[in-house]
Amino acid sequence: MRIEIDRSRCRGAGQCALHAPELFDQSEEDGMVVVLDDQPPPELLERARLAERLCPNSVIRVLDDEQSRGGPAG
Amino acid sequence: MSVTSPTPSAVPLPTRRGCPFDPPDEYGVLRQRQPISRLAFPDGKTGWLFTRYEDVRGLLADVRFSSDRRRASSPVRAFPIRIGDPRVPGSLIGMDPPEHTRYRRLVTRWFTVRRMRELAPRIDRIVADHLAAMDRTGPPVDLVGEFARPIPSLVICELLGVPYGDRTDFQRWTAALFRLDEPKESVFAARDALWEYVRELVVAKRRQPDEALLSQLIHSEDPSAGLTDQELTGVGQLLLIAGHETTANMLALGTFALLCHPEQSRILRERPDLVDNAVEELLRYLTIVQFGIVRVAREDVEVAGVRVRAGETVVASIAAANRDPAQFPEPDELDITRSAAHHIAFGHGVHQCLGQQLARMEMRTAYPALFGRFPALRLAVPADQVPLRDDMFIYGVHRLPVTWQG
Repeated sequence: MRIEIDRSRCRGAGQCALHAPELFDQSEEDGMVVVLDDQPPPELLERARLAERLCPNSVIRVLDDEQSRGGPAG
Repeated sequence: MSVTSPTPSAVPLPTRRGCPFDPPDEYGVLRQRQPISRLAFPDGKTGWLFTRYEDVRGLLADVRFSSDRRRASSPVRAFPIRIGDPRVPGSLIGMDPPEHTRYRRLVTRWFTVRRMRELAPRIDRIVADHLAAMDRTGPPVDLVGEFARPIPSLVICELLGVPYGDRTDFQRWTAALFRLDEPKESVFAARDALWEYVRELVVAKRRQPDEALLSQLIHSEDPSAGLTDQELTGVGQLLLIAGHETTANMLALGTFALLCHPEQSRILRERPDLVDNAVEELLRYLTIVQFGIVRVAREDVEVAGVRVRAGETVVASIAAANRDPAQFPEPDELDITRSAAHHIAFGHGVHQCLGQQLARMEMRTAYPALFGRFPALRLAVPADQVPLRDDMFIYGVHRLPVTWQG
C-alpha cells in the first residue's frame, strides 16, 4: 500500500489526523496535512481508506500494492 | 445526450417539523421521488433543492458552484445573510478560492486536531466548573443558560482573546443575525454593532497584544499574513459567531435527544469508549444547520439529469443528506453504536467547518461529564413543551429545563 497526497488541495479540516492519527498529522505552520507514513503496513489499510473517503477535498489517494507498482490506476 | 429538465412547480423550503429531532417529512419524500427539486425562494426567484447524500456531497465539492452570497437567494428570508458577503474582508464563508484559500491557511493552524487536544484539560475544567455551579444552584435549571451556551462561549472567548464579560452584547447581536423573522433594519444594526465591537478589539490588540488567536494573527511572523484591521475584524467576528452559536446548540439539543432516548444515554454511560462515536452520530442525527448550505451556479451545469442555469441558487440540504437511507441504514434511528463518521453535518469541500475539531472536543467532554455528574438527569417539563429553535438559522432549543432529583 502507498499513500499519495495532493497538498495543494488541502484545507486542513483534520479528518485524516482525527481518524488515522498513525498515518496523518497537521503542520504546525499552516494546519495542512502531513503524511507520517506513506507506505504503511497492511493492518492500517482500513484506516487509510477511511481517511481517503472522509477527506472533504480529495487530497488523499490510497494505492494498493498493484497500483503502487505502476498499475493502470497508479 | 439530451437533458430533460422536469418542470414541476417550485415549492418553498420545507420547515415544519413533525418530531423535534427529525427534518420535515417532505425531505424524505423529495429524496425518494425528486432528489433535485425546484425551490421557490422568499425573494420571488426559483432555484434547486438537493436532498440526496451523494448529490449534496458532490455539489459542495463542485467548483462550478460559488459560495458568494451576494448572488444567492436565501431559502428562508427575503434578504441575504450579510455575514457571508465576500466584499467584507476576511469573511471567508462567502468566498471562493483563491481568496478563501488565503484566509483558511492563515487560521487553520489554530484549529488542528493536535491543538484542540491540547485544550482538553482547560475544557474539562470549564465543564466541571459549570456542573458544580448547577449543583450549587439546585434543580430545576435551564441547561441552555447554565451549561450549553456558556461553555463554548467561554472556550471561544479564551481562544480568540475576547473578554467573556462582553458576552451579553455579542450573544444578543448573534441571535438577531440568526433569527428568521428579525426585521431587516435590526439584522443590519446587529451586524454593524458586532463589526464595531470586534474592530475596536483588534485595534486594542495591536496596542496591547496577548497570547490569544487575534493577537497572534496580528503579530504573525508569516510573511503572507499582514492582515489589515478590516480583515482581522472579518475573521474575528466570523470565528466568534461560529464558535458560540453552533456547539451551544449541539450540546443542548444533543442532551435533549439523549434524554428522549434513554437506552442511548444508558449505552453512553456504560460504554465511555463510545463517546467519539456518539458525537458523530449526534452530529448526523441532529444536523443543526437546518436550512442547508447555499451555492450559486457559475455556469450552466448538468447534475443527475437536471440542468441548473448559471446564476441559479442551489440549496444543499445536509440535514436531508444525513438521513439518506442509501448511506445510513435506518437513518431516522439515533444509534450511537453505528459508524456515522461520513456524515456531512460540518459540510464538505473547501468550506468544511474550520472549527469542527473544537466542536468535537467540547461535545466529547461535555456529554459524559453531564450524565456522569447527574445520573438521574431528566426533563423538568414534558418534552412537547421544550421551545424549539424553528425560528433560527441554527436549530436547537431555546431553553431546556432539567432536573436530577428523585
